[in-house]
Amino acid sequence: MHSGAPIAREPDGSAATKSLMGQSKINIFMSTIVMKNTDTIQLESDVSAKTVVALPERTKALGMYESMVRIRKYEEQIYFLFLEGRISGSIHQSHGQEACAVGVLYDTRPTDYMASTHRPAGHDLAKGVSLRAMMCEMFGKANGCCHGKGGAMHMGDISVGAVPANAIVGSNIPIAVGMAYSCKLRRTDDIVVCFFGDGATNEGGFHEGINGAALWDLPVVFVCENNFYGASTHVQATMKVQTIAERAAAYGIPGERIDGNDLMAVNEAATRAIARARRGGGPTLLELMTYRIAGHSRSDASAYRPDDEESAWLARDPIKLFRGRLVEEKVATDAELDAIENSVQEEVDGAVQFAESSQDPEPEDALRNVYAGEGEV
Amino acid sequence: MPQMSIVEALNQAIAEEMARDERVFCLGEDVSDANGGYGGAFAVTRGLHGKFGPERVLNTPISEMLIVGMAVGAAMAGMRPIADVQYGDFLFCCMDQLVNQAAKMRYMSGGRVSVPMVMRAPVGATGRGAQHAQSLEGFFTHAPGLKVICPATAYDAKGLLKTAIRDDNPVLVFEHKLLYGGKRTESGALSMVGEVPAEDYTVPFGRGVVRREGKDITIVANLLMMYRAMDAAAELDEDDISCEVIDPRTLAPFDYELVIESLRKTRRLMIVHEDTYSNGWGAQLASYIAEHEIYLLDAPIKRLAAYDVPIPCAPVMEKFVIPSTARIIDAARSLMKM
Repeated sequence: MHSGAPIAREPDGSAATKSLMGQSKINIFMSTIVMKNTDTIQLESDVSAKTVVALPERTKALGMYESMVRIRKYEEQIYFLFLEGRISGSIHQSHGQEACAVGVLYDTRPTDYMASTHRPAGHDLAKGVSLRAMMCEMFGKANGCCHGKGGAMHMGDISVGAVPANAIVGSNIPIAVGMAYSCKLRRTDDIVVCFFGDGATNEGGFHEGINGAALWDLPVVFVCENNFYGASTHVQATMKVQTIAERAAAYGIPGERIDGNDLMAVNEAATRAIARARRGGGPTLLELMTYRIAGHSRSDASAYRPDDEESAWLARDPIKLFRGRLVEEKVATDAELDAIENSVQEEVDGAVQFAESSQDPEPEDALRNVYAGEGEV
Repeated sequence: MPQMSIVEALNQAIAEEMARDERVFCLGEDVSDANGGYGGAFAVTRGLHGKFGPERVLNTPISEMLIVGMAVGAAMAGMRPIADVQYGDFLFCCMDQLVNQAAKMRYMSGGRVSVPMVMRAPVGATGRGAQHAQSLEGFFTHAPGLKVICPATAYDAKGLLKTAIRDDNPVLVFEHKLLYGGKRTESGALSMVGEVPAEDYTVPFGRGVVRREGKDITIVANLLMMYRAMDAAAELDEDDISCEVIDPRTLAPFDYELVIESLRKTRRLMIVHEDTYSNGWGAQLASYIAEHEIYLLDAPIKRLAAYDVPIPCAPVMEKFVIPSTARIIDAARSLMKM
């Protein structure tokens, strides 16, 4: 059980420095935008139709920017490391979806739980898992956040509430409900954020899990990142309903579809959903419309994505959109934002260097951590 | 010393652990007996709602993935859930949560999370057809990260369940429907009660027990089959065939040493289980002995198990499929001639 505020562990055992800057002071404006046609989202009309959520105060705005940039630079670095053959396995990358991770998680507490998927890097970084420990994990090093046993798809750090990410689609949903039930039994006001993709909403675990959370008014925010494709299959080829958000009605809980590339729209909706969960009001289903920059996995060139769809979405890069507002509304200058990018790049480069010079696990370490307890290995 | 059935012993173990440790809670289908509810399909959790309330005795929808997934999540978050899905066969609805999630979470995290949960599941054929009958313990002994136990007496039921609740790992508890005590004598239920100490005690995992000493054949049998082996041993005694009966009590971890020690004396091994023949825990035990201690044996290893078929419903066929006392006796006689 938690006592006090847990701190993420760096690979060397020291405490991670995660700056959770400032408290949220955003205005509660209506932020839901209507995206009627999920095949080709009408970007122009969407932007004009929505009420723009005001930017937060400068410290939080810059903190959110930094957090998104950290995810982007990390994922870009991972991509190059794979191309260069310096790390192995496969990757399911989250760049392009940064506004979802940061918008939802920025205002959560370290004692709040977060359950992620096979595409966990953005969620983990936004929840406060050490970037260096994640990089070490990618290199299969002994000091990785899972000591080399988890790898890209199981990243997590329970000390900041990030349970091992789950690579069985939809299976983290019932697990998140159990964590939420523990919050209820212990009478804390901690909450659980549960991420999954559009594909997971056709899993049995989605139905069983959300029904249970709704039944007992459990403190969970269910966050569906709808990036239109479950691997190569379009979401509309997998369900009869038009939106995932409307599935919430079947469980008697609110469901909202949000522009997942609009950081402040995501943050505003998440703020309401989190507040509702904390006060015992029960779960919410958020459907965040977003787009991955990379393919589903390392070997996927995204041949199934129409060029015009791809270019329209990539033009709506969440980091560029947010940066544009920061500059336009004079919250920060280009020079200041460049400085943040440079410093994050240094952090990522340093992590690579650190990871490459770290120790491999002993082969026999593979035999440890099967069981917990005294005398167990 | 108080006498009680296995149902009462399990109920007492849960009640005492819930009183001792506020992290312990029950969840599952019909586990509560509020408003005329069952208190568990086999009444194991009867009365707990009155003692501990609806939050700690949580009735769930018929959603096995939810039940086990919640147990995994709550356990990782520091609780000690006891999950119940009525019939062991229903565990196949949530194999992912048991084998991919419960069993692997600790390992995937490099030892940084643990999943201290208990999964209770009744096994054994009772005239209800193939989907309420399977003895599926063996499946779970093949999943590193899980522990598997099968208490056959009231004493072990209470002591092993307490150990399971206090264990920091996922533990599957397989209880036999015909050993719960009381009803169902028409299906061959044993109306057995056993002595259970009033004071707190636990039974360690990985320690089998010799139920009957003998010098000619070692019979390793679990749950209902252990009682049939005992009956067979009593009859074989009249033929001057002396059987040592071992109840392994826990299948993962397994007490190989106790079996080996017995074989040094008997030099003959028979294994009996209600699980099907191929690749059951008996196959593992047989191959372990063949691999490590084959020179102890004076005769081939004999395995008796349910035939490799789903469990049929008609009593005459069900009886035929599952090892009977008579089959054990015949097998023992032929083993002695080898």
